Amino acid sequence: MIAGNKTEKKQEKLVMDASEVARALTRIAHEILERNKGTRDIALVGIRTGGVHLAHRLAKRIQEIERGQVPIGELDITLYRDDLAIRKDQPVLRKTTVPFNISDLKVVLVDDVLFTGRTIRAAMDGLIDLGRPAEIQLAVLVDRGHRQLPIKATYIGKNIPTSRDENVKVFLEEQGEEDRVVILNESRGGAP
Amino acid sequence: MSLKQKDLVSIASLSTDEIMMILETAESFKEVSGREIKKVPALRGKTVVNFFFEPSTRTRTSFELAAKRLSADVINFSPSSSSVVKGETLLDTARNIEAMQADIIVLRHPAAGAAETLARGVKSSVINAGDGWHEHPTQALLDLFTMREKKLDFKGLRVAIVGDLAHSRVARSNIYALTKLGTEVRAVGPPTMIPAYLDRLGVRVSYNLDEALRGVDVIMMLRLQLERQGRALFPTIREYSRLYGLTAERLRLAEPGALVMHPGPINRGVEIAPEVADSFSSVILDQVANGVAVRMGVLYLLSGGN
Repeated sequence: MIAGNKTEKKQEKLVMDASEVARALTRIAHEILERNKGTRDIALVGIRTGGVHLAHRLAKRIQEIERGQVPIGELDITLYRDDLAIRKDQPVLRKTTVPFNISDLKVVLVDDVLFTGRTIRAAMDGLIDLGRPAEIQLAVLVDRGHRQLPIKATYIGKNIPTSRDENVKVFLEEQGEEDRVVILNESRGGAP
Repeated sequence: MSLKQKDLVSIASLSTDEIMMILETAESFKEVSGREIKKVPALRGKTVVNFFFEPSTRTRTSFELAAKRLSADVINFSPSSSSVVKGETLLDTARNIEAMQADIIVLRHPAAGAAETLARGVKSSVINAGDGWHEHPTQALLDLFTMREKKLDFKGLRVAIVGDLAHSRVARSNIYALTKLGTEVRAVGPPTMIPAYLDRLGVRVSYNLDEALRGVDVIMMLRLQLERQGRALFPTIREYSRLYGLTAERLRLAEPGALVMHPGPINRGVEIAPEVADSFSSVILDQVANGVAVRMGVLYLLSGGN
């Protein structure tokens, strides 16, 4: 019955299409440059996996606008999750690759969806273990609300009001999908 | 993602998928060991007990560092300073440790099967850090990790294991691991040190080092346990060294760029010539460094909630 439910009722509601995703990223790139007055001392760190792709796209746009190179890092937050001790299965580890010293840089964390804020809390802890950034900013493609921690994004692609049991999913070209953001109407299991 | 069993007692009981999962997990932890702040909070609040009934510096320190870099609390327990000298059995001592809420017990013991016995008797996870002549799984895993780091593919790789294979848990764990992964293993040593069951495991046996070294990609030297001298395994150290010691000249018989490995502690000038131990071919210190990452991986995978 559960299996039948899944195939039958998996409604997808499109909330951003490819051109909207592209325009949102272009705007965020401009906002990053405006707020930081250029590319000096800024670095982008994407949170695995979606955030990493978005960080690369933002860096490309920033380069097109200002001709400045921005270092890009990739952060895996698994070891900093707050539910490790209570999970039965350990989540798969991926590699953190931040090939530059983040101390005194203005680091822009990049993620696809901002939800409870727990991922960002873990990411900030992970980042600070790598050095002491001058500032941490947060860029997200989608803010869907329902925060459980006092965390706020610096740059937001789109605010999407959702109910708790909806699932927001970002599909990206890098993962072999057409760029889009959808709301999936299925009951979610477990913590984010 | 976790291991199927709650314990890591032997390589023999692991699937190839589990072996590869441990190696991949360890990869992430290698990055942590390269940081300025070598600590992540993954095992916060967990307790790891090092329970060592045999002298060990390298393995115990390695496990201790691994646990500490994961933010676990570590207790070192050795029999001379515990109630074991008062006649308490292994299992009773372990149950007492467990009653103090230890999550993982790392055991080294002179009796083969001690880790298995302990694993069955306690609810905590047990990691075998060497039990008699049986197995030393984390050593084999760190050897595999080092090979993968340098050579990438286990299939088609040729590995010579040289020395006292009969009394070596390191050799046995490596043979199980390498043959599972499709690597060609050659065993080399005097007949008194080569156990009879090796052919059954698909290992090629040779008593001639020069012949066995031809075309190998990895040479794994075992420590000559000098304390065994006089037990009729070999006539003199000098003769053993002449026949089975790895010299620079012999190293040239192997594939160019072949790796020289040794689980330590090394007997310079006995099983391995000093210039070989210090050469570019030697990855002995890489093995030690990788040991911490691999043990972090194992501790992480065994520490899922229950």
